[in-house]
Amino acid sequence: METSITRRRRHELIIGATLLAVLALLPLPIHDVYTRNLIIITVLFAGLAQAWNVLGGYCGQISLSHALYFGVGAYVSTLLLTRAGIPPTVGMFAGGALGGLMALLVGWPCFRLSGHYYAIATVVVGEIGYLLALNWDWIGGATGINIPYVRSVGDSWLWLQFRIDKLPYHYAALAFAAVAWLVAWLIEGSRWGFVWRAVKDDPVAARSLAVRIFPSKMAAAAISGALTGIGGAIYAQYVGYIDPDSVLYGQLSILIPLPAVLGGVGTLWGPLVGAAVLIPLSELTRSYLGGSGRGVDLMIYGALIILVALARPQGLASLIGVRVRAPAGADDAAAA
Amino acid sequence: MTATIFAQVAVGGLLMGLIYALVAAGLSLIFGLMDVVNFAHGELLMLAMYATFVVWLATGLDPLLLLIPVAFALFALGVAIYHLLMARALSVRFNRGMVQIFVTFGLAILLRGFAQFTFGSDFKSVSSSLLANRTIDLGGVFVPTPQLAAGIVSLLAFGALLVISRTEFGRALEATREDRDAVALIGIDRDRIFALGWGLGAAAVGIAGVMLATFYYVTPNVGANFALIAYVTVALGGFGSLFGALVAGLLIGQVEALTALLIEPSLKQVGMFAIYLAVLMFRPRGLFGTL
Repeated sequence: METSITRRRRHELIIGATLLAVLALLPLPIHDVYTRNLIIITVLFAGLAQAWNVLGGYCGQISLSHALYFGVGAYVSTLLLTRAGIPPTVGMFAGGALGGLMALLVGWPCFRLSGHYYAIATVVVGEIGYLLALNWDWIGGATGINIPYVRSVGDSWLWLQFRIDKLPYHYAALAFAAVAWLVAWLIEGSRWGFVWRAVKDDPVAARSLAVRIFPSKMAAAAISGALTGIGGAIYAQYVGYIDPDSVLYGQLSILIPLPAVLGGVGTLWGPLVGAAVLIPLSELTRSYLGGSGRGVDLMIYGALIILVALARPQGLASLIGVRVRAPAGADDAAAA
Repeated sequence: MTATIFAQVAVGGLLMGLIYALVAAGLSLIFGLMDVVNFAHGELLMLAMYATFVVWLATGLDPLLLLIPVAFALFALGVAIYHLLMARALSVRFNRGMVQIFVTFGLAILLRGFAQFTFGSDFKSVSSSLLANRTIDLGGVFVPTPQLAAGIVSLLAFGALLVISRTEFGRALEATREDRDAVALIGIDRDRIFALGWGLGAAAVGIAGVMLATFYYVTPNVGANFALIAYVTVALGGFGSLFGALVAGLLIGQVEALTALLIEPSLKQVGMFAIYLAVLMFRPRGLFGTL
């Protein structure tokens, strides 16, 4: 007899697949470049927020250095392309691998810190990465790197380059977001997911049950960082130009978790819902009100963040019926 | 490279370190009291700098005369932020830690937008004051008077904070920090203490802002960098420790100045961040932290 949990998980998979199909068709009737770009950025951020959610949501480590893993992914795939002629579809996995490695390198010293000491230390590590990249001429320094269109190849999926068409990038971003979602889904059902949530809810109690805290955090960091790195590589190919101020800047480390936190942290749908609401709102206010350079867009965006965080601390996804686990919830007990 | 250059750099680092320490003290006060990292701290500094600039531009009053009024204005702003936002953020039942981070981050974005809307995004600076464009010769080491005054004022403000922490109110603050639920039993109004804590923290950063405005340009984004340094200072000194903030501020000022001199000016912040991470490896709660 199937349990309610396996039934729920199958439902989630069905909803996920349906959503994927809808999102795959969504841009087809839309030809306006602005709207297509908006959708691509939204999908990309849904994936990035989900990637952050693996470490920040399920494992409860409020990491504020994800710009670093994003930037590492973007730089690695770009440098492999410009310096070694390796196609970005290969390079993005190298970028993901190094993004995950970087997350392990950051985690090794930082995971022994707790609470705000951890959050601040990750902010600082990210900032060091930004400053070093700014001063490292071999990777373009402050000037950044232009990603060339390889003429001999032309439009190509292998090289992830398309001169005019934006649609392929939509599918690249969508594939990325789908993988990130699937990883989160797998984590929710796996032993790791339960272990990580135990680490998040009560590390002392978890340790008394022989959960190894530090390796658990490191595993979550590696997966989270690797996914974020792949996202960075796709973003780099999409925009065609990277510099420290576009892929490594400090505020990005807050913008990546923002959809997850406001959508519903530690949930499957939260990052998606958060990105679907926040990214279009931020882009639209910027293009309609930000043009004057008067900061009205920032005021609205800031007020919106405050409002959502205070009015819906459990996340926007709770509005559409996603149940948010209370700390030390009954779900774990039922599943175990 | 002579001893004079070293002395010159060390004095510059010392004076900047005092400002860092004062900005960090405000942050540390708020953190120690209610376990909240204020991600809009830099924006409070920015507002204080703009307030100084605007009043100076409109009336010609010397920034030194504005120290007290701006400190009071920021105090009121701090109390208002507590009552309007933080009291609610502290009472949420879900992810309290993340809610407070993102509420103060939202506030930071909002205040930056407000500054851009009101003052524009170009660089402004207070170009004439009693202190401007003068240097004092301290036995071969030349010190610009604005920096010197800023250092002295920061020290005085630190002294004031230490005095306050010795008063009845200071003890109530300490008690609330130790056990925020138990203090209600001995007749301490926790809400009032929290609000005053925010007021004091904002006033400290207000004083730093006025002094900084006498020699540093103002833009809507000026706070971000100082806030980052303040987080590092507070974490290095230990969250909640005033003395720790002072020592860490001075240390960071020196490391910044020496990195710029000996290694590379554009890497001066990497030097201070590296020292911070190195210390944290051996003292995960900072130099003087107990929390």
